[in-house]
Amino acid sequence: MVEKQFKVIAETGIHARPATVLVQTASKFEADIQLEYKGKKVNLKSIMGVMSLGIGQGAEITISAEGGDEANALQSLEELMKKEGLTA
Amino acid sequence: MSFLQGIAASSGIAIAKAYRLVEPDLSFEKKTIEKVDSEVERFEAAIAQSKSELEMIRDNARENLGADKAAIFEAHLLVLSDPELLNPIKDKVKSDKVNAEFALKETADMFVSMFESMDNEYMRERAADIRDVTKRVLSHLLGVKIVNPSMISEEVVVVAEDLTPSDTAQLNRQFVKGFTTDIGGRTSHSAIMARSLEIPAVVGTKTVTKDIKNGDLVIVDGLKGEVHINPTPELVEQYKKATEDFEAQKAEWAKLKNEHTYSADGHQVELVANIGTPNDLEGVKNNGGEGVGLYRTEFLYMGRDELPTEEEQFESYKAVLEGLEGKPVVVRTLDIGGDKELPYLKLPKEMNPFLGFRAIRLCLEEKEIFRTQLRALLRASTYGNLKIMFPMIATLDEFRQAKAMLEEEKAKLQGEGIEVSDKIEVGIMVEIPSTAVLADQFAKEVDFFSIGTNDLIQYTMAADRMNERVSYLYQPYNPSILRLVKMVIDAAHKEGKWTGMCGEMAGDETAIPLLLGLGLDEFSMSATSILKARSQIRYLNKAEMEKLAAEALQKSTTEEVIEMVTAATSKN
Repeated sequence: MVEKQFKVIAETGIHARPATVLVQTASKFEADIQLEYKGKKVNLKSIMGVMSLGIGQGAEITISAEGGDEANALQSLEELMKKEGLTA
Repeated sequence: MSFLQGIAASSGIAIAKAYRLVEPDLSFEKKTIEKVDSEVERFEAAIAQSKSELEMIRDNARENLGADKAAIFEAHLLVLSDPELLNPIKDKVKSDKVNAEFALKETADMFVSMFESMDNEYMRERAADIRDVTKRVLSHLLGVKIVNPSMISEEVVVVAEDLTPSDTAQLNRQFVKGFTTDIGGRTSHSAIMARSLEIPAVVGTKTVTKDIKNGDLVIVDGLKGEVHINPTPELVEQYKKATEDFEAQKAEWAKLKNEHTYSADGHQVELVANIGTPNDLEGVKNNGGEGVGLYRTEFLYMGRDELPTEEEQFESYKAVLEGLEGKPVVVRTLDIGGDKELPYLKLPKEMNPFLGFRAIRLCLEEKEIFRTQLRALLRASTYGNLKIMFPMIATLDEFRQAKAMLEEEKAKLQGEGIEVSDKIEVGIMVEIPSTAVLADQFAKEVDFFSIGTNDLIQYTMAADRMNERVSYLYQPYNPSILRLVKMVIDAAHKEGKWTGMCGEMAGDETAIPLLLGLGLDEFSMSATSILKARSQIRYLNKAEMEKLAAEALQKSTTEEVIEMVTAATSKN
């Protein structure tokens, strides 16, 4: 299993469009991908799960992946979050 | 065949099959299922059908409405792929041996109530998305057709209880030939949209959704306000002929497209258009508008989750000013409240929204919202002929405050080295009787007046214009209204200023002779009314209309005025 911590810097947090593209990207991978915030873990392939966390600016989140393409998945998600301005 | 009388909301005639835009019946019963595997398959098939339907809607929306409107369907698609939604439903079917409809509804309802209970406005709105998606899947499970206005692909007349802004945004003008509704009046949102889309419409029929079935042949007569259901072939022929005549008339009017507007005795007035977005510019040009007399900026703020940025506003204002190529553009600052709400501002519900915290009252309180708009306007001012007007001004003090904020923003921008036009006229809407009565004092300080008749009539008569039961009090020709209009025009002229009118009345055939006689300088109306009005004014003699107007001011009732105007102008 691989995992990494991020700090959300986007003013609106993980809302609407960013949440959509995160879930779309995660769904492309075989690995089980989890998003953890304030001790709550959700499936990152679930739009409702991600949005139910209500992640705002300044939130510390952890993404973990487990499965054949776990390393790839984590790297893609990290790149995407930077590109979307979610993290530094 | 049968016949319904409604209110003529947008002129023209449409003959096409009915398309009912009404909520389908999605009721079902809880059942016990023996073959759970095939029930799960049935559910998966419904999901697949819903997905391909949504993909089509998304692509269609992207093409016709823009990427931001299509984004909502993108989100719906993700919900349909959500394992946290789908797996519990399938598990429920298997373990509880219940039908897919029941498992879907139970599970979705749980998510809906979870989102609804969140303390974030945005999250609460997501509950609506889940409800929407659930309905779509249910419709496929039940084999019921769900309505997708954006997917209409043959010529139809849309039949609905009422049309919301989002419904109308999804309508494809190529196929929607007309529409008719149960509720609404000439100034309701759906009627205004119909005129701006140039689609014939009859509203306020009260029973049209009960009387019309899908596929019925329908004639919508937007000139007389009539709806004919399954008409005789003779009547269809008659209407086809009438349509041709109307087209011929329009072709005749079109010849006046590039002309200025003069009365028979050579008095010039200006005919300009009411618009809501830069997309309406094409209509202004095609219909010979001499400018824009009312740019309703609130559409920039509506149908979204947050306030538009200064940059977004700047781009829209710039597009309109550039598009008009130096012709005057009167921009009305934010007029929200009353019947136009912005959910994200979280304003408390009011008992009397039309008499409450709205328009300039809100802007003077929510200063940052107002200042952002003023900055965007000032920055755009160098791209054309900008005039700014403040809505719902009741006292001179309100005008002075608003004007002072405008001057402050102007000084700040200039301090930052940004160029601002120094020819911007600043005026007010006259829609509150107190302002009309005190127009002589206002005229010393404003650059122009624009009379908003819809509200002026509602406030003078104390009659809510959204309430059909008091709609008889919407009396534009009532001598009391005409006297107020005269006071405003005279006050402006005395100070060398001009007066426009931007309510429905300005484009009204019966009102135009009177307004010309009263000395109105600028008539702002739906773009589609401009050529007709120009052709009418060419046959009117200003000097005669002055006498007619003076006489009308001495009448005692609306009926007397209408009778007099009709008698005087029909001889032409």
